[in-house]
Amino acid sequence: MSESVYTTARASASELRPMARRRSVVEHLRELGGYRELLANLTRKELTVRYQHSMLGFTWSMLQPVFLLIVYTAVFAILGAGFEKFSIWVLCGLLLWTFVATTLLTATTSITENASLVGKVKFPRAVLPLASVAGALVHLALQSIAFAVVLGVTRHRVDWVYMPLVPLAIVTATLVVAGIAVIVAPVNVYARDTGHLLDLLVLGWFWATPILYPFFLASTTLENNGISRWAQMANPFTPIVISIQRAIYGSSTEIGTDVSLIPDESVWWYAAWLGAIAAVALVVLAAALRLFDRAEVNMAEAL
Amino acid sequence: MESIVVDGVSKTFRIATDPADSLKQRLLRFRRANYEEFVALRPIDLTIEIGETVGILGHNGSGKSTLLKCIAGILTPTTGEVRVRGRLASLLELGAGFHPDLTGRENVYINASFYGMSRRDVDKVFDEIVDFAELAQFIDEPVKHYSSGMYVRLGFAVAVNLEPDVLLVDEVLAVGDEAFQNKCIGRIRQFQDEGRTIVFVTHDVETVRHVCQRAIVLDHGHMVIDSHPSKSIRVFREYLHAHTPLHAAAELSDSPVLFTDVRVSHANAGTRRHLLPGEGFTIEIDVETTHPVDQPVLAVEVCDSAGAPIFRIDTDGLGTPLGRIEGRRTLRVDISNVELLDGEFPLNLSLSDRSTGRIFDWREGSDSFEVANPTKATGLVAFDVTVKEQ
Repeated sequence: MSESVYTTARASASELRPMARRRSVVEHLRELGGYRELLANLTRKELTVRYQHSMLGFTWSMLQPVFLLIVYTAVFAILGAGFEKFSIWVLCGLLLWTFVATTLLTATTSITENASLVGKVKFPRAVLPLASVAGALVHLALQSIAFAVVLGVTRHRVDWVYMPLVPLAIVTATLVVAGIAVIVAPVNVYARDTGHLLDLLVLGWFWATPILYPFFLASTTLENNGISRWAQMANPFTPIVISIQRAIYGSSTEIGTDVSLIPDESVWWYAAWLGAIAAVALVVLAAALRLFDRAEVNMAEAL
Repeated sequence: MESIVVDGVSKTFRIATDPADSLKQRLLRFRRANYEEFVALRPIDLTIEIGETVGILGHNGSGKSTLLKCIAGILTPTTGEVRVRGRLASLLELGAGFHPDLTGRENVYINASFYGMSRRDVDKVFDEIVDFAELAQFIDEPVKHYSSGMYVRLGFAVAVNLEPDVLLVDEVLAVGDEAFQNKCIGRIRQFQDEGRTIVFVTHDVETVRHVCQRAIVLDHGHMVIDSHPSKSIRVFREYLHAHTPLHAAAELSDSPVLFTDVRVSHANAGTRRHLLPGEGFTIEIDVETTHPVDQPVLAVEVCDSAGAPIFRIDTDGLGTPLGRIEGRRTLRVDISNVELLDGEFPLNLSLSDRSTGRIFDWREGSDSFEVANPTKATGLVAFDVTVKEQ
């Protein structure tokens, strides 16, 4: 045992701090910042545990997009539906959506599944849903690498002018998803079937986002019913997905034709949309943290 | 200087009599759920100074764990506030926060990060943690293969090596083996020497007696006594045995009558210490009053060597009520025909008020008598046995 250098001077130097109190959003964020190590550890834990007994481990995450690509290519070749390089088009949105859906579903139960922890250890509880976001983000990164390799192997040409939109879109999506995660996790503590409701919402949301169909296909339908095509942009994931499609699919029209798929606008137009959504998402996240702070008070006993 | 200030802290739990756990029920009966209130903690004021070691005694449901969780910041008090100086580490359950599939090493890092410790901080004390837990050869094994003792060792080792200013411990030490318990007590002593603050909750009054400088007793959410351990333990024990409301016992500190001396003797005390089965003995109790007491009741309890009561009687039960006591008196208790076999039998004595049940004074296990059994019989009670052919 090493010689301890502890003196009461250390304790005396610190001040008496209340153990439980309402925090402002800034204080909350600062506290969470102090626990980033915990966030990293919980994320690592979740990933380790999930892949512990599998031989291929993380490779499974990476194989998924490759497999999806093969399936979509085959299925749409047989059905005769879709368009040129449709599978690449679909994957642009699908990988992002996998991230969104995984985060929301794991975040919902992130607190209830760690009930014993919440009842026994003090730490800022918001770390739990945020760890779900971080875990899903790691998956997205792995899948993106696999996707990039596939794109390289198939010699697909992305649009480099629009490529900076991809990280921007992922950051925006992360902010949106984090806000929702911080709201649904405590709600599930008080109403345990939030997860079922969210399942349906995520499914509906998936079809409301131009992932399997191009933006302009929905525009036509909307406009035939007297609704502006821009109504789609109210869904925060629409600008996020079409930005990624614009960059990676590499064209606003079907490759080799002039059939419009997504708005033929400049990189700045896309960036502005992403920026606007990110700004709204930040406000929502701040509000979510504030709500979370309120819910945190009785969390340990509600579990 | 204060280390922990508990300022008017109370805690009321709302127990749903008709749980509205599902969203449907929530929506249908929005804000109309039926609750029953359960008061776990009545307003409690408590100030613990830096370097103090305080034990919290109480039965299940007395509110002792609730109080500890409020201090730890896990539960938010319904009223009042807890303020703590410096870094706090709590050990509320063995292996809380351990993930069974991860190795001891991984769990140490995760566990430490719950206290806001960085990887680098943990690296510095990692070897000490493993040494202390005596888990060197198992540290890279998943903790699901650990025994409960190993769990506790690792949890305790992490908590004490994080250099906390305040350490909160709830029961957990009872799980480890004796050697490790001694090691923990040793570490707690070192903490005391270093001037750290320790609060622990336990059923084990001996630990409190040996380690704490101060003990509080909780009963139904009330703080019954906050005093020197021996006095608090006396109050706690009295409640355990006699089931007297503790609030009555609490007033011991300004009791009007106290035991000043107790002597146990027997007819042959001059030649041997022990009794033979069937002999009798005498207890003489010197008492002194500060105020006269009108209706005192003296209770005598004989325990087995493990301290469990085997006999209890009081002066009311005997039909020989004591009269008014004033000044210095000696009460004499004669017990005859002690048909017991070998052993040392501790005595518990208490003097209480007949009408209010208030305990004036109490002696627990500090007096005893011995019986030596000359026969080959074994057990607790001596019977006369003869065997013959009919």
